[in-house]
Amino acid sequence: MQRLRWKIVGHGLALLATLVLGGLLSATLVRLAPGFDSDERELDPHLNAQSVQALREARRRDDNIFYFYLSYMKRAKSGDLGTSIAMGQPVRTLLQQRIPLTLRLLGAGLGLAWILALTLSLTTAWLRLSIYDAVTTFASAALLCLPAAVLALLSVLWNIPGAIAIALIVFPHTYRYARNLLGKAYSRPHIVAARARGVGEGRILFWHVVPVIAPQLLALAGVSVSMAIGASIPVEALCGLPGIGQLAWQAALGRDLPLLVNITILVTLVTLLANSSADVIGHMLRRQDV
Amino acid sequence: MRLGRTIACVVLALMFGISVAATWLAPAGYARQYREAIDEPPSHAHWLGTDDLGRDRFARVLYGTRISLLLAPAAALLSTFMAALVGGLAGYLGGAWARFAMAVTDLFMSLPWLFLLITVRALMPLNVSPFVSVLVTFLLLGLLGWTTAARVLCASASSLRSADFVRQARAAGVRGSRLFWVHVAPNLKPVLFAQFWISIPVFILSEANLGILGLGVSEPMPSWGSLLKELEGLVSFGAEPWKFLPLALLVVVVTSFQLLLSRQEELPA
Repeated sequence: MQRLRWKIVGHGLALLATLVLGGLLSATLVRLAPGFDSDERELDPHLNAQSVQALREARRRDDNIFYFYLSYMKRAKSGDLGTSIAMGQPVRTLLQQRIPLTLRLLGAGLGLAWILALTLSLTTAWLRLSIYDAVTTFASAALLCLPAAVLALLSVLWNIPGAIAIALIVFPHTYRYARNLLGKAYSRPHIVAARARGVGEGRILFWHVVPVIAPQLLALAGVSVSMAIGASIPVEALCGLPGIGQLAWQAALGRDLPLLVNITILVTLVTLLANSSADVIGHMLRRQDV
Repeated sequence: MRLGRTIACVVLALMFGISVAATWLAPAGYARQYREAIDEPPSHAHWLGTDDLGRDRFARVLYGTRISLLLAPAAALLSTFMAALVGGLAGYLGGAWARFAMAVTDLFMSLPWLFLLITVRALMPLNVSPFVSVLVTFLLLGLLGWTTAARVLCASASSLRSADFVRQARAAGVRGSRLFWVHVAPNLKPVLFAQFWISIPVFILSEANLGILGLGVSEPMPSWGSLLKELEGLVSFGAEPWKFLPLALLVVVVTSFQLLLSRQEELPA
C-alpha cells in the first residue's frame, strides 16, 4: 500500500513537473518563434502614433520569457487563458465549446478500436488458424501503411463517421500488441495443459490469461489515448468536425500561438493522466496477482 | 518471407532509381503549366493527366517521389544520430544524466507525434520558399523523431555498461571516450541500424500527413503529402482513379520498408 501511495505521489509530481516544464518550453518556443515581435495591428491606418507605441510597450513586457510565462500562469489561475489571435475569442470559450465533441469522438473511436482489436486477437488465439491469422495481420499491416490523413479523406469520400476513422487509425497498433500478448499468454505450459484437459475457453481466459496480460493491456490503453488524440487532428480537420483537433490545426495554420500553447498544455495533461492512470491501475493489478 | 524481402528490395531500388531519373523521364519539370490542358485526364502527352493548375501529374509524381524518398532517410539519419547522442550517452553515463535525459525524452513523448509536429511546424514561418519548406519539414521530422529510438538506445547502452567485456576493459584501465567509442558504440550499431530503418516509413507517413494538412512542403514543390492533398477534392472513388497513384506508391514503399524491418527484427541486438 505504501509503495502504491508513493507511486501515485511520484506520478502526480511528474505530471506537475511536466506541465510546468512543458508550459515553459512552449512559452519559450512561442517567444522565439519568427514573427513574434511583429503585430499586424501596427499597420492599421486608423491607429495614431500613441496607440502604436502602446501596442509596442505591451509587447515589450513579454520580452522576458520568465515574465511572459509567469504572467500567463497568473492569468491561467484565474481562468483567463488569453485570447486567440486568429479567432478573436477567449481561448477558454473556444476550448469549452470544442472539448465535448472531441471527447465523444475519442471515446467512440477508442472503444471501437479496442473492441475490434480484442475480438480479432482473441479469435486468432482461440481458432489457431494460420490463414485467419494471416488475413487479420495483413489487414492491420495494410492500415498501418496508410497515413492517418488519407484514412480521414477516405472516410469523407465514403461518408464514414469520424469515430470509425479514428478507430481504423488506432486499431492496427492495438491489434498487433494485443495479438502478440495473447499469443504468448496462450502458449504458456499451464494454459496448454488446461486446454488439453478440456477446461472451457472462458474459464481459461478470465482465470489464467486476463490476470497475466491486464497490466500490459492497460499500458497499451494509456498509449492508445495518445494515438487517438494525434489521429483526431487529421480526422477533425478533414471531416469538418469542430473539435480540439480541428482547433489545433486552425491555430497551426493561422500561427495562433497563444491558442496553440494552451492546446499543447491540455493535450499533455490528458495524455499524462491517461498513462499515469494506466500505470497505477496496472501496479494495483500486479499486486493483487502476487 | 525471404521472397517478400527480395521483392521489397527490388521495389525500393526501382523506386529510388525512377525518382533519381525524374530529370530525364520528365524533362519539362514539375512546375511547368500547360494552360491549354487544365485538369485533363490521362493522355499520350500527359500520362497521368494534369492538375488544376495544368501541371503534368506524372512529372509531379516522379519529383515528389524523389523528395519523399531521398529526404525521409536523411531525416531518419539525423534522428538516429540525435537518439545515439541523447539515449546512448544517457545509458552509458547513467545516474543523474540518464534521469535528466529520459525526463526530457518523456516530455517530448507525452505529446502525440502528429500534434507535436504541427505545433512546432506552426512556430516556423509558413510563407517560406518551397526549398526552405522542404528543409524545414524534414529537419523537423529528424529533430523531433528521436525520442522512441533514444529510449531503446538508453536501455541498450545501460545493459552494455554492466556487460562483462566492458567491466573487463574498465579493469584493464580503459576509460572515458575510448571505452565508449571502442567497446560500447560498436555494440550499439545493430540497434542504431534498426532504429534508422524503423524511422524511414514513419517519416514518410508523417510528411504525407503534414502535406495533406497543408503544413508540409510548399507549392509548387511536389511531395507525396502535397500530391495526396488532391484527394480532398474527389467526389467518388472511381471518378479519377489516376489521382490515387501517389497513394499507391506510398503504400508500396512503406510496405517494402515494413518487410525489410522484419529482417532487422531478426538481427541480433
